[in-house]
Amino acid sequence: MLLREVQYLRPPTIEQAVRLLSQHDGARPLAGGQTLINVMKARAAAPDVLVDLQDLDDLRGITETGQGGLEIGPMTTYTQLLMDEAAGARTILGEVAAMIADVQVRNRGTVGGNVCSNDPTNHLPPLLVAMNAEFTIVGPNGERTVSADEFFLGVYMTAAGPGELLTKITIPPGGQDGFAAVTIGKDGTGIVTAAASLNGGARVAIGCVGATPVRATEMERRIGGDFSDDNVRAAAEGLGDALDPPSDVHASAEYRRHVAEVLAVRAVLQAKARR
Amino acid sequence: MPQMDPVTSKRITATINGEEIEYDVEARRLLVHFLRDDLDLTGTHVGCDTGNCGACSIVFNGMLAKSCMLLAIQADGATIETIESLSQNGELTPLQQSFSDHHALQCGYCTPGMLMSAKYLLDNNPSPSDDEIRKAIQGNICRCTGYVNIVEAIKAAAK
Repeated sequence: MLLREVQYLRPPTIEQAVRLLSQHDGARPLAGGQTLINVMKARAAAPDVLVDLQDLDDLRGITETGQGGLEIGPMTTYTQLLMDEAAGARTILGEVAAMIADVQVRNRGTVGGNVCSNDPTNHLPPLLVAMNAEFTIVGPNGERTVSADEFFLGVYMTAAGPGELLTKITIPPGGQDGFAAVTIGKDGTGIVTAAASLNGGARVAIGCVGATPVRATEMERRIGGDFSDDNVRAAAEGLGDALDPPSDVHASAEYRRHVAEVLAVRAVLQAKARR
Repeated sequence: MPQMDPVTSKRITATINGEEIEYDVEARRLLVHFLRDDLDLTGTHVGCDTGNCGACSIVFNGMLAKSCMLLAIQADGATIETIESLSQNGELTPLQQSFSDHHALQCGYCTPGMLMSAKYLLDNNPSPSDDEIRKAIQGNICRCTGYVNIVEAIKAAAK
């Protein structure tokens, strides 16, 4: 496919990348390209300038901060999430990364690309909401940190706006995480996904049912600190009614509401069983 | 090379199948078209051009990748291996011979991508399980649906 004409840059530093992104209207960061290049083919996106991040080694890699806490560079690939020893501090990351697409896509696709594209079927947004991650964004006016609940704004929209760059994802200490999904085919696109992380209380997020991951706040409240199977199951009752999922060729809204309850329970019980 | 002015085309250098090349490429040119149409390395196929089929799989800086989801301009300074790097002087590699022996190709369109994925697997995991083989070719679609023989061929080549 011939792409629309586009300009290209490959800056050597984060500062220069941010300057270029804010200087040029219609500039977009190019990370792994596993979404962006395809949407450019379809003309669903038509950036005027691509700012290739491949030389920004400071954006790559995973650092342990203790007790399961991690700092993840957004240019870290899914394959690195699978293989990296530090990522082993939160095994759920590698387990979920292994579900994403295929070897080729995992070798190039990045954590930052996954969250910044925020396709409602992407795996990492609900997981990172459940894990209560924080997102560090650098723009022309400096650096700010945004909570997971405030990062995902809409379909293909996040708090990292035009002229800004996601530079770090911080995962707070923890270790009891779960992820459950019903997919189109084995390890295919999600029909509904659910992620949970237990840290005193439970955080539960449902994916594929709205423009952004949906926190199951009522379920979390009812669980409180009681992770017994019976209480978790009872807490999930009615979760589906609070959702407004789409109906499409893969599943009706009603099915998605039902399966969201089932998967939320699975994710919490999987999290409980860990460690 | 750092460059701070936006460009619509650029001279790139890359090492492709052990040979250093230097070429002017447009920023909008996909790597697969650069390989096929500019360098005449037509073994790398375009099956779907949407990143789904894997017929365009190559090894890019040591990592298996789909060349329809890379821009040629991103390859500046890169090391690339294509399907043409496998057979030398008309001699098939054991993996290629195994594909032939096990009838692991029907129309053959997916074969270059399948071979690159299989080579990448065996380079990283010399004795994979059946499940690991299947996972390794998850990104490669055979529309003749000849998967069983492809898995057999890879398994035999691994021994």
